[in-house]
Amino acid sequence: MSTTTMTLAKAITAGLDAVLANDPKSLLIGEDIGRLGGVYRVTDGLIDTYGADRVIDSPLGEAGIIGTSIGMAIRGYSPIAEIQFDGFVFPAFNQITTQLAKMRARSEGRFGAPVVIRIPYGGGIGSIEHHSESPEALFAHTAGLRIMAPSNAHDAYWMIQQAAACQDPVIFFEPKRRYWLKGEVDTENPAADAFKAQVIRPGEDATIVTYGPLVPVALAAAEAAREDGRSVEVIDLRSVSPIDFDTITESVEKTGRLIVTHEAPTFGGIGGEIAARVAERAFLSLEAPVIRVGGFHMPYPVAKVEEQYLPDIDKVLEALDRSFAY
Amino acid sequence: MTNTVHEPSEQALIQLLTPEGERRSHAEYDSYIQDIDAEMLRGFYRDMALTRRFDQEATALQRQGQLALWVPLRGQEAAQIGSGRATRPNDYIFPTYREHGVALTRNVDFPQMLRIFRGISNGGWDPRENNFHMYTMVLAAQMPHATGYAMGVQRDQAGWDAERLEKDGTAVVAYFGDGSSTEGEVHESMVFAASFNSPVVFFCQNNQWAISVPFHVQSKVPLAERAAGYGFPGIRVDGNDVLAVLAVTRWALERARRGEGPVLIEAVTYRMSAHTTADDPTKYRMSADEEAWLERDPLLRLEKHLKDNQLADEVFFKQVAVDGDEMATRVREEALAFPDPSLAQSFANVYAEAHPLIQEELKWHLEYEAGFADTTEEGATR
Repeated sequence: MSTTTMTLAKAITAGLDAVLANDPKSLLIGEDIGRLGGVYRVTDGLIDTYGADRVIDSPLGEAGIIGTSIGMAIRGYSPIAEIQFDGFVFPAFNQITTQLAKMRARSEGRFGAPVVIRIPYGGGIGSIEHHSESPEALFAHTAGLRIMAPSNAHDAYWMIQQAAACQDPVIFFEPKRRYWLKGEVDTENPAADAFKAQVIRPGEDATIVTYGPLVPVALAAAEAAREDGRSVEVIDLRSVSPIDFDTITESVEKTGRLIVTHEAPTFGGIGGEIAARVAERAFLSLEAPVIRVGGFHMPYPVAKVEEQYLPDIDKVLEALDRSFAY
Repeated sequence: MTNTVHEPSEQALIQLLTPEGERRSHAEYDSYIQDIDAEMLRGFYRDMALTRRFDQEATALQRQGQLALWVPLRGQEAAQIGSGRATRPNDYIFPTYREHGVALTRNVDFPQMLRIFRGISNGGWDPRENNFHMYTMVLAAQMPHATGYAMGVQRDQAGWDAERLEKDGTAVVAYFGDGSSTEGEVHESMVFAASFNSPVVFFCQNNQWAISVPFHVQSKVPLAERAAGYGFPGIRVDGNDVLAVLAVTRWALERARRGEGPVLIEAVTYRMSAHTTADDPTKYRMSADEEAWLERDPLLRLEKHLKDNQLADEVFFKQVAVDGDEMATRVREEALAFPDPSLAQSFANVYAEAHPLIQEELKWHLEYEAGFADTTEEGATR
């Protein structure tokens, strides 16, 4: 067994390195990803190993980055594109939703565009406007895309490789405030299938479903709840599209209570979809309505007040209280 | 603001055949069409006439309720046949949704193209068979794909010497129009292509009209001039002159294959018909303008040239007409005989790999549809 301690960011670097080493058709493209190594240094050093033809410093233009990635994919390449920040993906929204997502359907299954789009996402870093958003639901609503969000270094190392190997386009949301979170990475034993959710803390009385940056929050809330005598199960979704409803349903059938939490606004979000599915699949097991803990229906707020906006341990505990009081 | 239709300035335009069908020599571009003999000229005429006949048949099919929509190309035959015939089989073409003539030059079977417009497919044909990509309905979205494809080509051809590039090299053609020229993706595709010196030829058919909006609203300068801003050559060609279009496109493709980077070609032409069968040009343009462009009809021009120089006789023109009618009959028969698609098929191509939601919804859909069969039977016996 070969286990190394790495930050989540470096685990992605190592995962990308493995992709580039193993697949000669793979390449990276994005703004500042070459010489600089990316604004978060996730691609640091890769240009030295693989050269500027495979680690492409692109002109500044998100539609161009995704559009040319699609073109390279049609030619037989497997591009992994980086969008510098969550809020800057929208100039590429047309390319992602009308072209990337639909290439396989439009070609009647003859070919697709297996592009991976890496996006550092989420808040909690005290940044300026458009640098803290969680736009995953906007993409989850589009058929043809797959969406992953790792929460720890080991998953990040393996999931980026699974995303690269996937024949469908994958949007890979990286929880940027957890980039420096260290974890053990086993580089020999792969993580579970990226499209399967994982029960990361077993429990009997309630379930918390989350993904990406809020996984540590959910685990801390579950630990705090234990002090109140509540046994809370935590599920790390890992894949936001498709969603592993089987794992969620199985858990809710056992616990009877479900809290879903994500940084993205509650309204029209992933939590609502999970709540509706659980109501369909496990209605009679539910002891209380599914409760969502998410962002408010507002543009992501200014940094000075983002702590009040973001779901945190207390908000999740308050939701648990409401669930148990029902 | 002026409402005048943008008139091509004759001196800046590459022209090898005048509207009267007279051959004009050109110091730079004559060498690119030296191989064009009478038989090839007749071939171009035939291509253009067949394309126009196909367009006519598809328009009729739409009027008869057999197609949801049709996108006529009448007037743009020379721009499309000239540029399409300049390509080689291993070049890759990204069309808009009006490149029926280019499709002919790439051996796409005409009836297959109607699958899109009959509501059967969003793709229509296998792009890899003839290196002719699917039509793209979102204006200019195909432009960065063309640049990206060309970036892939560069990587595949890394280390090739000049001789091999010239012989086997691939170039990419990105078609667009004066209307889509204003889209941001055109800009980004040209910036990327310039930065990476990618082998892509941006071929703009300036047909003067973006549905109802005239060219002068899209641009204050000839589009070819925009190329200077990106740092690669831009060239204006008479888009109704099949020889000139062929020559400049060959020049641009050869240049791209040699690794000398992109070119922007502006083929000045005119959309003689409506934007689509849902459009009504009488609401926005003067019939006098249309009549003025009738004199520049690309088919008439080549016909005059062929006749005046005794390069084709009446038998030839009659045979082209007969072939066109036969093709139109086949197009109609095959289009009407297309089997209907099923929604179940649509589930199959959303993802390449197994997807639980797709499986769940397909199962539900099939059970739901099966339930109707039972209901109908029960209703009949009741």
